[in-house]
Amino acid sequence: MTINLILFYVFSAILVLSALGVVGAKNSVHAVLLLVLCFFTTSALWLLIQAEFLAIVLVLVYVGAVMVLFLFVVMMLDIKIEPLREGFIRYLPVGVLVAAVMLAEMLLLIGVHNLQVAAPADPAGASNTAWLGMALFTQFLLPFEVAALILTVAVVAAVMLTLRKRSGARYQNPSQQVAVKASERIRIVKMPSIAKMPIAPKTEAAP
Amino acid sequence: MNFNLHDLALLAPEDFLLGAACAILFIDLFLKQTQRAVTHWLAIAALLGTLAIVLCAPGQVQTAFNGAYIHDTVATVLKTFILGLVAVVFVFSRRYLDERKLFIGEFYTLMLFSTLGMLLLVSAGNLVMVYLGLELFALSSYALVAIHRDSGVASEAAMKYFVLGALASGLLLYGLSMIYGATGTLDLAQIRAVGGVGVNGLAQHPTLFAFGLVFVVVGIAFKFGAAPFHMWLPDVYEGSPTAVTTFIATAPKLAAFGMAYRLLESGLGTLAPHWSQMLAALAALSLVIGNLVAIAQTNIKRMLAYSTISHMGFLLLGLLNATPAGYAAAMFYAICYAIMTAAAFGVILLLARAGFEAEMIDDFKGLNQRNPWYAFIMLLAMFSLAGVPPLFGFFAKLLVLKSAIDAGFLWLAIIAIVMAIVGCFYYLRVVKVMYFDKPADTSALELPRDLPLRWVLSINGLALLVLGVLWGPLIGWCYRAFGLPG
Repeated sequence: MTINLILFYVFSAILVLSALGVVGAKNSVHAVLLLVLCFFTTSALWLLIQAEFLAIVLVLVYVGAVMVLFLFVVMMLDIKIEPLREGFIRYLPVGVLVAAVMLAEMLLLIGVHNLQVAAPADPAGASNTAWLGMALFTQFLLPFEVAALILTVAVVAAVMLTLRKRSGARYQNPSQQVAVKASERIRIVKMPSIAKMPIAPKTEAAP
Repeated sequence: MNFNLHDLALLAPEDFLLGAACAILFIDLFLKQTQRAVTHWLAIAALLGTLAIVLCAPGQVQTAFNGAYIHDTVATVLKTFILGLVAVVFVFSRRYLDERKLFIGEFYTLMLFSTLGMLLLVSAGNLVMVYLGLELFALSSYALVAIHRDSGVASEAAMKYFVLGALASGLLLYGLSMIYGATGTLDLAQIRAVGGVGVNGLAQHPTLFAFGLVFVVVGIAFKFGAAPFHMWLPDVYEGSPTAVTTFIATAPKLAAFGMAYRLLESGLGTLAPHWSQMLAALAALSLVIGNLVAIAQTNIKRMLAYSTISHMGFLLLGLLNATPAGYAAAMFYAICYAIMTAAAFGVILLLARAGFEAEMIDDFKGLNQRNPWYAFIMLLAMFSLAGVPPLFGFFAKLLVLKSAIDAGFLWLAIIAIVMAIVGCFYYLRVVKVMYFDKPADTSALELPRDLPLRWVLSINGLALLVLGVLWGPLIGWCYRAFGLPG
């Protein structure tokens, strides 16, 4: 048993346990934090197979940006998890049973020991990042561009589903603000410094 | 490995559609609601322009981007009908959307992006492109179902569609990863060439290869809506706005056929004996469940959803033959189904008014007295869906049945015929309601002033009659696409 193999088992065990925790956690903040742990251990696994770039990107992008945003949303929304978990215990045995049967079938059918994993390609000493970049922008250029399109669609759809124009809301109009003239900003009102006191008409009492 | 301009030239239809969709997305921002018709006509022009480019493309088989994109006649035929049908859907939907305050630019941009996804899907040359094309199409359609934000039913339908669609994509992706693991390549042609043996000196993994196939078949069945993976279909058809239902019910089925053909024949053709058995089971279940459950429906959109499930069963009859003649029959069936369904939904969209959806079968009572012409169009659509000669649907059914018998699935052909006869009941019920029942409101139907809608719907309905007689050129085109003498 090499140190790599031991590390692989340790990280895998943490990964599986934390993944189970994500699904099972009562508190949604805990679930998000466990998901962060999932990503960390996944990136450790990638480091073990020398996919350094992917490992770093996973931590930077997912843990650093996506999950933090996620945590913000979860904390702001204050989701009551209890109603969502109704029936969880009731369906748990069925779910576990189906999952176990499927796992057993798959293991029997494929057999883990028969599987040989292809060694990661080592293209003439190029670094991990360079190799990934080359593959993405030559061989997989079209899929890469289509993936970008999917993101565009996601933005359009998200805006369509969430943007609501409320009537009566007050907005600033930047173009009007910029085009303002000095004369519109301030109105100078000339006023005499000493105002004559109006003389009140004498009201003489009638004789 | 290198990129050259020739690759982009081969993708001219997709390039044009992408450019047009982005331009429309941008132009629409500067339009007032009263000018929204500009978006409408620009979107139709974009589709027709793409269609012209597709039809002008050279005939020979070519690939681009290292095999990621395939240009062949199968793709051309499917793209032609996908683009045409989406354009028809645009014409049908305008008034419906306008009356429900859904006449917004996003409807058009999302539809165009979805169409782009379908075009890429039917031309996909490797597993990644299959998946990405599918996602581009599916993601846009999830959003389209949810376009009516204030409707609870529509939101529920969108949620179901999204969750089940994501599940199906996950299953498909899992299967694709297994196939990649077994063969060591993503390219469909290479996968077919190496089979379960594997490239780069990988050991043989025939079981893993077949295991991946199972998940791929499940993914395909989900997208077709074949039983037992049909659960999403009735709810989505019923819940989404009828304009969106018309879209989901027509063009995507052609794209799903394209996906099935690429994956099962171009990629996994060596496993045909295995997958044709699986498809036979799916077909039998779809035929039985679709036709029997449709009888109990009172909502015509839901009825048409179950009718779709049964038609997907028929389509699979052609596919499971795994010969060029079988694929041609299945493709012909997919085209025929899409045109018939477009006509049926077109009539529903025509009858719908502000605050009235015309989605119950009872809403069609006595339509003949109120407007004989559109009752006749609906009659053509229903007879054609039922497979009554000499309409279009009859010949399509004939061809797939012949293909199933040729493949040795006589029992399946018998089930199909019995179920087709059962199916006649619910199609003919709509006809009976239209012609023999007394209408609740005897006044003449107030026709919308949207003349393009009325004209295109009439042409669509009559096409069922004309193509039923002159189906030779179309089936000839399908045969040529699969290398048979047309």
